[in-house]
Amino acid sequence: MTEIRPGLDFDHVTVHEVSRHFGRRRAVSRVSFVAARGTIIGLLGPNGAGKSTLLAMLATLLRPSAGSIQYGRLQATDAPPELRARIGVLGHDLFLYPELTARENLAFFAALYGQHDAEQTARAALERAGLADRGDDPVAGFSRGMRQRVALERALIHNPRLALLDEPFTGLDEASTMALVSRLRGLRESGAAIVLATHDLDIADGLLDEAIFLREGRMVQSLSRPEGLRSAYRHAMTVQSRS
Amino acid sequence: MMRVAWLILRKDLTVEVRSMEIVYTTLFFAVSCVLVFAFALVREGRAPEDGAAGILWIAVMFAGNLALGRTFERERQSETLRALLLGPAPRPAVYVGKLLGILALLFGAELLLVPLVALLFQARLLAHPFWLIAILATGTIGFAAVGTLFAAMLIRARSRDVLLPVLLYPVTVPVIIAGVRGTAALLQPELDGGIVRFWVALLVCFDVVFVTLALWTFEPVMTD
Repeated sequence: MTEIRPGLDFDHVTVHEVSRHFGRRRAVSRVSFVAARGTIIGLLGPNGAGKSTLLAMLATLLRPSAGSIQYGRLQATDAPPELRARIGVLGHDLFLYPELTARENLAFFAALYGQHDAEQTARAALERAGLADRGDDPVAGFSRGMRQRVALERALIHNPRLALLDEPFTGLDEASTMALVSRLRGLRESGAAIVLATHDLDIADGLLDEAIFLREGRMVQSLSRPEGLRSAYRHAMTVQSRS
Repeated sequence: MMRVAWLILRKDLTVEVRSMEIVYTTLFFAVSCVLVFAFALVREGRAPEDGAAGILWIAVMFAGNLALGRTFERERQSETLRALLLGPAPRPAVYVGKLLGILALLFGAELLLVPLVALLFQARLLAHPFWLIAILATGTIGFAAVGTLFAAMLIRARSRDVLLPVLLYPVTVPVIIAGVRGTAALLQPELDGGIVRFWVALLVCFDVVFVTLALWTFEPVMTD
């Protein structure tokens, strides 16, 4: 069982002037924002804008080349491994073992995150994913949408304080998309901070508390309570192209 | 840390029992390797002196390389290695879990290879079982300790299948030489306990250095 030290609880994450370079290539350049509890922040931008790199740094998988990330008062560079028990990540790849059943996948990750009763936790997660009757089937036989639902429950299986979601709507049909939107709203109500990278502006419209527009690694605009995301996105990208 | 390592080992064994992909390919490759050498080197029932020791370790080394590549290929396909690194346990626990899985596979291969080599090369490999187990265990741990680290490092490299042996063999040559010389010492008509103890002690030293270095470097290597 992973012990959570009280000092590791945080109510906001501060990203301050964060840059990341890969050799001479600049993936993220001087990005700053704050993700507070109970908010959904959207990272919006074309392919190669730096969204996934930014999420990897927030997930502690990559170190920033410059700038800092702070979880509450704790610097990411000083963060102990236990901090990761407060972070849930849904990647573009789904992080599932295709040879294992959905139940085995969820139970494995529940145990990895130190959940008391991994089997019971996996059962509850399968119910939430609407896949209780397919729990004993190998994930390899699932459709992309079903895998996405299992992957989302895997990412949230330990009730994280910070949820990082990379293209969470990919492969979902309309009903599953609506279920995910409602799940994200529920997560926000429960006090989690959510940072999601997406291309689906129509779905993100009305869901986000803050939209951050990225292009070529730079933050070109940030909007609070954005409405009419598509036109705001087009405007942000056009202004950046001209400059 | 050991709880997470155990979880990863159990998961790896479950996946392998379902597919048997690595077990079959590794064993088939190792047995083929021994058979080819047996046909090439054994003349009229007589094998070259100490040849069995070299053949045994070559088979272990090649089989290990194959198992390392396939094990990490599996973690690459759905980026599950990243998911393991995102867990709240110290990241070296992931290394230990993967290392234990590789060791289980290689020890299994050795259970088949030792009697096969002893039979085909008419070698007295099983005359001193305690020392044989000590040499095989320490040699295999040294080889797998470096191999697991390198295979994890190369997971995102495009030419990982080529790079793994290129990096792994030069670093593990001292381990393989000590393993071969220690095993050859067991094949002598009169066992010289001092020499065998020396090779086992040397292998233990390699193991301590390699495992310590791998545990120390795993997190920085995997996060940058």
